[in-house]
Amino acid sequence: MANILAADDSVSIRQMVSHTLKEAGYHVETANDGADALRKAKSKTFDLIISDVNMPVMDGIEFVKQVREVQQYKFTPILMLTTEGSAEKKSAGKAVGATGWIVKPFNPDTLLKTLKRVL
Amino acid sequence: MAMDMDQLRRIFYEECRENLEVLERGLLALDLGAANFESMNTIFRAAHSIKGGAATFNLDDISHFTHVMETLLDEAREGNRQLDRQTIDILLRGVDCILAMLEAYENDAEYDKSEPDAVNAALNAIMDSDDSASSSSNDLSSAPLSTDLAPQEPAGSDIEKWAICFVPDPAMLFSGNDPVRILRELHALPGGAEVRCDPTHLPNFAQLDPEKLYLRWDIQVDGHVPRDEIEAIFEWVEDECDLTITPIHRSVPSDMDAASTAAEAPATEPQTPENASSSEPPPAVKKANKPAVKSDASVSSIRVDIDKVDNLINLVGELVITQSMLAELSSDFSPERLEQLQSGLEQLMLNTKELQESVLNIRMLPISFAFNRFPRLIRDLSLQLGKRVELVIEGENTELDKTVLERISDPLVHLVRNAVDHGLETPAVRMEKGKPETGMVHLNAYHQGGSIVIEVSDDGSGLDKERVWRKALDKGLISDDIPLCELTDSHVFNLVFSPGFSTVEQVSDVSGRGVGMDVVRRNIEQLGGNIDVHSTVDQGCSFKISLPLTLAILDGQLVKIAEEVYVVPLISIIESLQVDSRQIKTASGVQLYRLREENIPILRLKEEFGLGSTDDDLDKQLLCLVEAGDKKVGLLLDELLGQQQVVIKSLESNYARVPGISGATILGDGSVSLILDIQGLITQFLARVSDASGHIAAA
Repeated sequence: MANILAADDSVSIRQMVSHTLKEAGYHVETANDGADALRKAKSKTFDLIISDVNMPVMDGIEFVKQVREVQQYKFTPILMLTTEGSAEKKSAGKAVGATGWIVKPFNPDTLLKTLKRVL
Repeated sequence: MAMDMDQLRRIFYEECRENLEVLERGLLALDLGAANFESMNTIFRAAHSIKGGAATFNLDDISHFTHVMETLLDEAREGNRQLDRQTIDILLRGVDCILAMLEAYENDAEYDKSEPDAVNAALNAIMDSDDSASSSSNDLSSAPLSTDLAPQEPAGSDIEKWAICFVPDPAMLFSGNDPVRILRELHALPGGAEVRCDPTHLPNFAQLDPEKLYLRWDIQVDGHVPRDEIEAIFEWVEDECDLTITPIHRSVPSDMDAASTAAEAPATEPQTPENASSSEPPPAVKKANKPAVKSDASVSSIRVDIDKVDNLINLVGELVITQSMLAELSSDFSPERLEQLQSGLEQLMLNTKELQESVLNIRMLPISFAFNRFPRLIRDLSLQLGKRVELVIEGENTELDKTVLERISDPLVHLVRNAVDHGLETPAVRMEKGKPETGMVHLNAYHQGGSIVIEVSDDGSGLDKERVWRKALDKGLISDDIPLCELTDSHVFNLVFSPGFSTVEQVSDVSGRGVGMDVVRRNIEQLGGNIDVHSTVDQGCSFKISLPLTLAILDGQLVKIAEEVYVVPLISIIESLQVDSRQIKTASGVQLYRLREENIPILRLKEEFGLGSTDDDLDKQLLCLVEAGDKKVGLLLDELLGQQQVVIKSLESNYARVPGISGATILGDGSVSLILDIQGLITQFLARVSDASGHIAAA
């Protein structure tokens, strides 16, 4: 099954994402912020990355920008968790190389449905 | 899944509380003018997380309410708005509202909606009043809640098929998007998809870049599929492809329409995807999953630094190694290996001790958890009382057992409130006294020996010795046979902790320190600690609280009474001495021991616990001098045994509450020993001999 890296600074969201994905049989690793995620992304290979936008230390936009430059993540699907319809965030995400977005708030079903589009 | 959602929701509650604290702390700091981008960002993020999490866990009231705060904070973060004092006031009220809603959700209870409504109205008024700021982001704020859909194609019945022309950008793969996945999704639509690949733009092999896309596709999809469903599939690549979606109508006459819509379609394309996305999350679970969580008081968790856990795991590893070493020894033991056994046991002891310390360490939290609420408290109080107060906090990283921390919070609040309310003077009075207008409240925490000390001090008017004394006389707390001048300051000031004192609303305008202080002291003593007060008129007042580091383990003195072993908490013991019967005299039926100018009442533990009567030959007995609060008593007992750390087991939860006993422990030989509740014993005893107590207290 696919290896997924999920970055979010909120414990509850992190746990919910990781719980949902594990239930669905994916391998999941979580990161607390962009910098943490970047380190983890470099240390092993993930088939998909999910990242929140607003995070301390390194935000999601900067993270996507940097991880996209890592050779092995050139084509990897990266989904951003954006709030509601925030068009700016979507285009900011796209501009740095995000594949698409998952709109917050999401429930486990939407999350899995959205993932299926890229896995 | 439902079970798990409950669990996750509980994590969210906890996290939400933390975020509320961050929010409050940040707002208070802003109030002091410490605004920079990073702190604004932190504040915003806290509000943002609360809203996002609340929405995810279907706590709609909270997410809707927080939305407005978030919008306002976002504007401030972007530099489009200055947060003035009034706005911060309202935001702080907002924090309280969220907390109230959170508690309502946790307890499945109702809350008063009038305050959130008022705060919401006030926030909206602020945003409306300032056009320049609101214009840029109000559209953003209203977007998420409205789900109006884009103008639809005329009813789908006469559309036979959708003709889609999909020309991906050559660099599309670099965004992680893959046309194959898009085609797969189109195939999965009801009615499937007819896909025709157009390879005509493929360059010749030598010029082909394998990381680029040269293929195009013509696709036909069943006409019953709504247009926005198709658009949703291309949502992520809308700006990375040329896309046209053209309806093919069933009837011939509408060909003209088809042509015209086909011409318009590409132009309207870029605007629509947003709507498609906002219509996506189905609100189906929203009502069904209304939090049925009864807040379970017994479930509480702490978040532990990962280092602490790692350390524990290491220690357990060590323990396992030692254990296998000992096991190996025991399987093949001979006297000449005695030394090895001893060193193994020594190792075991070391491991155990370290393990014990580390486990206790897990429960330790920095006292900032208790201190954090004070900036807000001070702010509110100073506004309310018209005083200017500066709060200085030191030692907030000092760690304290979680249980102690929780139980010390309320007494601390009480002390701080008193310091501001009764201690500090108004700016005018302070000026008259030649002090700076702004008064100071100082919170400090530090370790001292095996205990932690928390100090609450102020530079206000201090306690007036004579007034306190007179009040105590009026209330009959002391007798007047000793003149005031012979009493020490601390003796008099400690009277403010007497139960009778608390019923007085104020000692006087200047030094009213009496409200509920007995409760404060009782709480602290229940934690095995004590509180002391120092004061100088017009210079201020200082309360010093000493607490044991943990409630799980205590340093105990083992004592023997009629062949039974009891534990006396070491912290209560002043000294132990051989009884000299010549020093004993009896007054009003109570035996007193004369020790260095002091008369100490003797408490015969053997009689107290119904273990028989004490031998007449008192000279063979020992007197263990213990103290709780400012009361001293001599415990008469048979023998002093060793000192050791004992693990406290609750008697109450395993058996029943027993007066004079605070718990039990298991000794090395496996026997159970009771731990004396010194405070309880003394109170009980002195109540019995109350005649003499006034006299003794003053002795």
